[in-house]
Amino acid sequence: MAKILAVDDSVSMRGMVAFTLRGAGHEVAEAENGQLALDMARGSAFDLVLADVNMPVMDGIAMVRELRAMDAYKGVPILMLTTESHTEKKMEGKAAGATGWLVKPFDPEQLLATVKRVLG
Amino acid sequence: MATVDLTQFHKTFFEESLEGLDAMEAALLALDSGSTDHELVHTIFRAAHSIKGGAATFGFADVAAFTHVAESLLEEVRSERRGVDAELIDLLLRSVDCLRAMLARSSSGQPAADADSEALRGELLRLASGEAVAAPAAAAPGVASATGWAIRFVALPHLLQTGNDPLRLFRELEQLGRLEVRRAFVLDSAPARLAELDPSQCHLGWELRLHGAVARGDVDAVFDWLDGDCELVIESLPGETSATAADPVAMAAPATAPVPAAAPPPACETATVSAASGEGSSIRVDIDKVDALINMMGELVITQSMLSDIGENFRPSQLERLREGLLQLERTTRELQESVMRIRMLPIGSVFNRFPRLVRDLERKLGKQVRLELHGEHTELDKTVLEKIGDPLVHLVRNAIDHGLELPAQRKAAGKPETGTLRLNAYHEGGNIVVQISDDGAGLNRAAIMAKAQQRGLLGAGEEPSDAEVAELIFQPGFSTAAQATDLSGRGVGMDVVRRNVRDLGGSVGVKSEVGKGSVFTIALPLTLAIIDGLVTAVGEERYIVPLTSIVESLRLGAEAVRRIAGGGEVFHFRGEYLPLMRLHRAFGCADAVTEIERGIVVVIEDAGRRVGLLVDDLLGQQQAVIKSLEKHYRRVQGVSGATILSDGSVALIVDVGGVVRLGLRAKAA
Repeated sequence: MAKILAVDDSVSMRGMVAFTLRGAGHEVAEAENGQLALDMARGSAFDLVLADVNMPVMDGIAMVRELRAMDAYKGVPILMLTTESHTEKKMEGKAAGATGWLVKPFDPEQLLATVKRVLG
Repeated sequence: MATVDLTQFHKTFFEESLEGLDAMEAALLALDSGSTDHELVHTIFRAAHSIKGGAATFGFADVAAFTHVAESLLEEVRSERRGVDAELIDLLLRSVDCLRAMLARSSSGQPAADADSEALRGELLRLASGEAVAAPAAAAPGVASATGWAIRFVALPHLLQTGNDPLRLFRELEQLGRLEVRRAFVLDSAPARLAELDPSQCHLGWELRLHGAVARGDVDAVFDWLDGDCELVIESLPGETSATAADPVAMAAPATAPVPAAAPPPACETATVSAASGEGSSIRVDIDKVDALINMMGELVITQSMLSDIGENFRPSQLERLREGLLQLERTTRELQESVMRIRMLPIGSVFNRFPRLVRDLERKLGKQVRLELHGEHTELDKTVLEKIGDPLVHLVRNAIDHGLELPAQRKAAGKPETGTLRLNAYHEGGNIVVQISDDGAGLNRAAIMAKAQQRGLLGAGEEPSDAEVAELIFQPGFSTAAQATDLSGRGVGMDVVRRNVRDLGGSVGVKSEVGKGSVFTIALPLTLAIIDGLVTAVGEERYIVPLTSIVESLRLGAEAVRRIAGGGEVFHFRGEYLPLMRLHRAFGCADAVTEIERGIVVVIEDAGRRVGLLVDDLLGQQQAVIKSLEKHYRRVQGVSGATILSDGSVALIVDVGGVVRLGLRAKAA
């Protein structure tokens, strides 16, 4: 089972993501913005990072950029949770180094399917 | 797999969405007052964006559809394709209101959209450029079921660094059909010597065949995250036909359907929301407060074990330790109690925050100019008090702007700045929270109030009441000076209702006013509703508790200090004014009480600036009293706010200071 970091400023969304993943047996840590996520990522090794795009303090895209600059997170899957249905934000995330994305709204099954996709 | 019950997150979603709307409103108002801080736009956008995402996730399609349109408009502002003007802010503020209503309906299980919300959504749509708002076209489904695909997939060196893995892709392809790897090759970009190979770089390419009736869209979906990370050519196998001629590296749309924004949202969808999700109230507690509580608990456990230790092998020599332990127990209990109470305390800022908006709306409606000053937003109040003080405050603010502040021309004529100032201030005073609403308007109109009072029969024809008494008149039931009931103040809700609401919270409200200079309404509220610090007094055999916060002074008077006035009332001289004296034993009908002034004690109490002296037999000491409702167990009694149980098990009544002061003043006036 994987160690996953869920990053979202929305308590309900983060709660839903964490609850779903924990239900599937994963270990989930939560952060409410990119800055806090970076602090947590420095402290432990996550197998997967799921991050919202729009967040106060540090948004998801800047966070991905910072994570990719860290040796320990060079190849770790990072998925953006985004409502942007146009390609612009996805591409911005990609350019920053994101692995892929999951478009909101998603349901728990879609979340698990996507996580399974990257974790195998 | 067990499905996840999403309703458990609904309450959190509603709470954070309402908070988001508050932040959005505050930022909109800041923009309206001329701020150009770009962060404000981000805040507004983020709030709308989060609500949209959550609403779509948790199945509130109407809310998601509405927010989607607002968000598109905001996106234009954020990317500076659209300027901010008053009209836009107006529209967005109305959207905030509309969303609040939609969320409220959703949380009670009703359809979120109604005619108003649909009309407003239409307005937003018209303003936003049509193109931006159009729902993104759903992915062209790969209808063609070719019997196979030839895939040439060449990884760019950085592919692994994006967290993607060719193996994963192959696994996914395998799930679609039979996968055949025709050829794998090393690219020229690979270093010649193995030692130079960087394991984080990928220099491989593959030629694949996927056999089976696989839709093109499904193949694209496997590679959807890899745009820019690989060279990809997908062709139907020779001899096979494909109905879709998509770009080789077509960005497949995500499997999830985007929210259809243009279509009218099906109103019935939200009806599935469990009604229970809106019920019950919760409280968000600062972690520090919980920690303090746990700390206190720890100390209590230590004290308890120390005391039980002493109790088990008690020797008289340990009396000092026992006393010490009891003292510690008392201190910890008190601190624990305070910590527990503090959990219910929330900053008044959450109530104050609604005023910038209200003031702005009133300004426009009435053609007045108002500068709103907020002070003491961090002052904390009991949650129950906080929830109930909102309406009275709104009423006072409306009144201040509607009746208090003058029109710009009138202010100018009176030599005042055209913009009036409305000040809201909250602060601690003793054991009370005081909230003041002051304006620099015209002040109470004595003549108008008296005329109205006479018309209403509240005042006799020839009476010449003092200014304070005139001010009191506005709190009389059914009193209203507005010549014409505007839709702002004249809602049949008068100052009497404000006073009653505040009194129900154990507080008091008073007004001081000066003609031409303005009015100050002062609301004093108890810190908590559950416990008061009281002075236990003896009146005959009875015990009465006077809330400490209302006591000005206790003193002994000589018989000569008290004067009888016409009508049978008694007054005494205290710090430059004559106060009515109330003999509690007379007011409450207690037997065997002290009746000579010089043998008893006079406790001077104050309520909203008015003072009365209470004659009691003796002062017995201070005590915290846990308030038990008299109303619930018996009935409402004038002058008594509740009862409590004393340490000896007897019952004492708690004096309702406001009520007693009123009784006293009436006696003086009589």
